[in-house]
Amino acid sequence: MNPAAFSSYDEMHDSQGAVRAAYSGYCGWLDEQETGWLRRQNEAAEGFFRKTGITFNVYGDDAAEERLIPFDVVPRVITASEWRKLTRGIEQRVRALNAFLHDLYHRREIVRAGRLPERLLKDNEAFLPQMAGFTPPGGVYTHIVGIDLVRTGPDEFMVLEDNARTPSGVSYMLENRETMMAMFPELFTKVPVRPVSDYPRRLARSLAACAPPAATGRPVVAVLTPGIYNSAYFEHAFLADQMGAELVEGSDLRVVDGRIAMRTTRGYQPIDVIYRRVDDEYLDPLSFNPASTLGVAGIMDVYRAGGITIANAPGTGISDDKAIYSFMPEIVEFYTGEKPLLQNVPTWRCSEAESLKYVLDNLKDLVVKEVHGSGGYGMLIGPTSSKGELAAFEKKLRARPENYIAQPTLSLSTVPIFTKAGLAPRHVDLRPFVLVSPTGIDITPGGLTRVALKKGSLVVNSSQGGGTKDTWVLED
Amino acid sequence: MLGRSANGVFWMFRYLERAENTARLLDAGFRMALTRGVNAARDEWRSVLVTIGQDAGFATTGADYAGPAVTNYILRDRDNPGSVLQMIEAARTNARAVRTALTREVWEATNESWMGLRDLLSRPAREANLGDVLAAIRRQATLVRGAMDGTMLRNEIFNFARIGTFIERADNTARILDVKYYVLLPSLAWVGSSLDNAQWDTVLRSVAGDRAYRWLNAGSMDPRGIAQFLILDGRFPRSLAFCYEKLRSNMGSLAREYGGETAAHGLLRDAAARIDQTGIDTIVEHGLHQFIGEFIAGNQRIADAIAADYRFVD
Repeated sequence: MNPAAFSSYDEMHDSQGAVRAAYSGYCGWLDEQETGWLRRQNEAAEGFFRKTGITFNVYGDDAAEERLIPFDVVPRVITASEWRKLTRGIEQRVRALNAFLHDLYHRREIVRAGRLPERLLKDNEAFLPQMAGFTPPGGVYTHIVGIDLVRTGPDEFMVLEDNARTPSGVSYMLENRETMMAMFPELFTKVPVRPVSDYPRRLARSLAACAPPAATGRPVVAVLTPGIYNSAYFEHAFLADQMGAELVEGSDLRVVDGRIAMRTTRGYQPIDVIYRRVDDEYLDPLSFNPASTLGVAGIMDVYRAGGITIANAPGTGISDDKAIYSFMPEIVEFYTGEKPLLQNVPTWRCSEAESLKYVLDNLKDLVVKEVHGSGGYGMLIGPTSSKGELAAFEKKLRARPENYIAQPTLSLSTVPIFTKAGLAPRHVDLRPFVLVSPTGIDITPGGLTRVALKKGSLVVNSSQGGGTKDTWVLED
Repeated sequence: MLGRSANGVFWMFRYLERAENTARLLDAGFRMALTRGVNAARDEWRSVLVTIGQDAGFATTGADYAGPAVTNYILRDRDNPGSVLQMIEAARTNARAVRTALTREVWEATNESWMGLRDLLSRPAREANLGDVLAAIRRQATLVRGAMDGTMLRNEIFNFARIGTFIERADNTARILDVKYYVLLPSLAWVGSSLDNAQWDTVLRSVAGDRAYRWLNAGSMDPRGIAQFLILDGRFPRSLAFCYEKLRSNMGSLAREYGGETAAHGLLRDAAARIDQTGIDTIVEHGLHQFIGEFIAGNQRIADAIAADYRFVD
């Protein structure tokens, strides 16, 4: 199968080249613009981001300590009715995820019912025994979820991944919109786009609603960052700033009188809710990695005693594990009693002999991912790999089949980007951001659209040369 | 606010102030080099290096004490941890670390300063464009200060920033005086010589005080008058008296905000009283050098006390 031979669904134009309804407002405006001016604005976009300092650090790349994720000025548009359908599916899925996590760490009804094999939990590093029997404040495990969706047709959105640990990218959703509004203000007077700017306020409200039993008065929220050298530091600072929360590092925190407290200029003051952007493993040197200086010694004890809310809860990573992912249809049905509204991408679990055989026989047509991997690292894209790469990967696969899943090479939908030669279609995905609190599930109308800038490429990860677009959800 | 953030804001503004003052010092040295002979220029460049504590570092490069070598060492040498470029970088790194304590304008002004100066200093500065480089450094500092003044809430964050600024500025002015004190001592042989005039002029220029001094003294210049101006004249924004008046005001706001004073307030009150109550005659008679030395040490003690009182570090 040759990727160039795919006929992908283009979101802006139909097969006859006519503009689809979603883009009629935008294209009407676009036709009136002068190409040279648009090109200059496209180039100026980078300046906006540099000035604001929206950069990310690439691990293992010393020379480029701070890089920009390329931004494309053509928006990605979703109609009101498409969005309504999507949000229903996302809400159902996120409800199921939280119920699943609670069950996993308590009675494990789903295993007892024979709907999920126990081995997936037993040797899974993302499963935290420290969470067993404990219910987080408000019963919420995944306070913030990013659901990665791909589109393959007019009505076909599929879930590629559930990011339930610490989904990043929401600052791009917000800053991409700010940049678009600064560059093309009149565009927003012509096309009714739903605003995304109150996401930080919603996040603050949602986190405050999950305050622990020990909290008195207005909950104190803090964002825990690994520090300025972390690849997503900008986002941590941005969110803390927008929420009016403190941005803390592990060295600012300690346990004082059974609470997690931060060192302020007036002494140690307790925190009620901690939005941590530090992985489970580094959260508490007493419970997890003893060498970690990024977390707080003793936070797990305080947590279990009701002294702090940790968002997302430790141990939620098990639910976005790729082996668990393949069971999501069963999981959704088991906990909601409904058929899943959003489909999974068909997935072969290489741990199963029959699937492994199929995957090995069809390696050149498949995408193979590590079960615990993320960020596009360590994956194989069959159709674009050389014979040598395929052979090398086959060896890894045979050595540890349980470490991999495989999926068909999807023909992701395309949205045009602005190039020197005019508009040209490129593959995209979509990550909407979902907030969960005891009062409900809240989905901001928009999200992060990632776009593979290279012609024909299906890899949208920013660490692998992907870019972003502003994502528009239209008003009704 | 977090102790770490207070520390970050404090140092961000110390670095910005130091970078700006270093540019002024270079400006004065450059002018001296242009208007005096090679030997006077060499002495001047050495004293610039001594003032900012980089003489030993520069000596290891083995370069001659001439304009291009000294200015490039101070402005952009990668091996010089106190170069202007590294100070701006340090200011920006601190600003990133305390991003949530700053308004968007202050952050962007700081970030843009860093981007601009990094480009400007990516190539060695030549004598022909040194003036532009130094002007750019001063301009960037002015931008950050303006953004600060126009957008920051007048709370503890603002006060820690200002305290950092004035601790650093008082230190910098005092160091210039300390290195040049002998120029300001009455010396029968030299009084009124053209070299004296040039030296005095340089001291004033290094703190951007030449114009103000001339305006106040109608063209006549004498060392005692200059010392008085830089130490005691509360109207001049780089004098020790001015800096300490501002420190008292910002520390006073902190005390009100926190509902009480700390040990640092006591130290500051004593130091400010010494400036207020000591006339220039006493300072000169008892030793300008000693006075300045004690002032610098006292200034450092106040900075340390602030860091301890407000829990800058664990």
